Amino acid sequence: MEPVVELQQITHVYVSDREASLALDGLDLKVYPGEFVSLVGPSGCGKTTLLSIIAGLLQPTKGGAFVYGKKVQGPTPEVGYMLQQDYLFPWRTIFENASIGLELTGRTDERHLARTLSLLEEMGLEAEANLYPQQLSGGMRQRVALVRTLSTDPGLLLLDEPFSALDYQTKLQLEDLISETLREKNKTAVLVTHDLSEAVAVSDKVILLESHPGRIRKTFTVPEHIRLARPLMARELSGFNELFHEIWREMESAGEKG
Amino acid sequence: MSVLEINTGKPVLPEESLQALHQSHLKRQKKRRLQVLSVQLALLVLFFAFWEIAGRLKWIDVLLFSYPSKVFAQIGRDMASGELWGHLGVTVGETAAGFVFGTLFGTLLAVLIWWSPFLSKVLDPYMVVFNSMPKVALGPIFIVMFGAGFLSITVTTLSITVIVTTLVVYNSFCEVDSNLIKVVQVFGGTRTQVFRKVILPASFPTIISTLKVNVGMAWVGVIVGEFLVAKMGLGYLIIYGFQVFNFTLVMSSLLIIAVVATGMYQLVVYAERKLLNHRR
Repeated sequence: MEPVVELQQITHVYVSDREASLALDGLDLKVYPGEFVSLVGPSGCGKTTLLSIIAGLLQPTKGGAFVYGKKVQGPTPEVGYMLQQDYLFPWRTIFENASIGLELTGRTDERHLARTLSLLEEMGLEAEANLYPQQLSGGMRQRVALVRTLSTDPGLLLLDEPFSALDYQTKLQLEDLISETLREKNKTAVLVTHDLSEAVAVSDKVILLESHPGRIRKTFTVPEHIRLARPLMARELSGFNELFHEIWREMESAGEKG
Repeated sequence: MSVLEINTGKPVLPEESLQALHQSHLKRQKKRRLQVLSVQLALLVLFFAFWEIAGRLKWIDVLLFSYPSKVFAQIGRDMASGELWGHLGVTVGETAAGFVFGTLFGTLLAVLIWWSPFLSKVLDPYMVVFNSMPKVALGPIFIVMFGAGFLSITVTTLSITVIVTTLVVYNSFCEVDSNLIKVVQVFGGTRTQVFRKVILPASFPTIISTLKVNVGMAWVGVIVGEFLVAKMGLGYLIIYGFQVFNFTLVMSSLLIIAVVATGMYQLVVYAERKLLNHRR
């Protein structure tokens, strides 16, 4: 099977006035169609850098990034990116915010706009389509951001801690919603998070990175029965805590080494 | 005990008393607004009354300060004879051109230097120097260049408004949250799209508020310009009144300027409220 994402010996160096620092060092990664992969690790391990490289926002210093077999040159509509907060434009209505991707890619035709509206309906936001972002709660706004990302129908979704700015209850609800939606639409996803329990609950594979420089430390495969359960339920299942503690211990010892 | 009784599903306060509370809040606010307004009006009336009395009883030099009944009589005469309208029209036209074009050109220049960070770095010291210079001193040069009239006065006004507008608007372009820009970039948005979809709408409130500042600046530029050169306008009336020692004319011109400038400012405030309605 062709991988959706393939990283070959990715090395990235950040250059500032003070120094040049090695953020990622010869990193290999493959993500296959329909997989949900989480990247976890201590801060400074280059999680977000990795995501930016896959998205085409950042060109790696060395090595190649391939999405659907094509070398990444810049952002493309096949890749959706969700940020840490909703970052909806306050001067646009919810529907205008949700359809900005269509505007930017020149696809504001009847069919695509209707699809965006039906996505809003799926998220229970049809009544809010003509409101402005300030009138919505944080959870609703992040759901709008999800619709915005899905509107251009990307095959691959990059999620950069999209739940981190939400309160606990909303976060759990949104985890459920996103993982259900992505599974239903058969999307491939890469999630960056600092929350280990979230990573285990939503993904098929958890990749632990170590820092200074950023490398893959270990890859954990989530057992089938946890994978199939909804994230909220997954936290109750047997094996969840064991896996959580295993990753936790590995992360601790990675921290001691660094 | 009372704490437990609250939790019966029935609200402690019935709907009617909630509404009564809201009503009395509105009533209090209305009363407070009326109080402020009446004190403001009283101050204005007192000021004019004191001025009138001080003038008539010769507490102040009437030749210099005139007094309200003379000033209003002068305004009335000028209105009736139709002489005022020409002067007023010219000055209002110059001021409107000054603040509208000042804001427009200033914003366009800001767009230009936003587009080219290199140009922005190169121009930075020149703009700072030009901005701190007393531009009014350039007036004579503009008069020689553009002739004694509407154009040179408008250019004097633009020299005051453009650069400061550029600095303020460019600054607001740079302060737009980089994550909002990222939203457009992840869809493969170009620099033009970033500008049109994010930078410009996000800076719109700043542009409108520089319009407000420029109303005040434009009045300074226009009056000074008319002092220097004009044969028409309220600034010309002031300088003419001064030369023939008719200070009643000077005072009446100042009063008209105060009223018209306030009106213009309120118009911009109104436009701002209309344009930025849903943002607050």
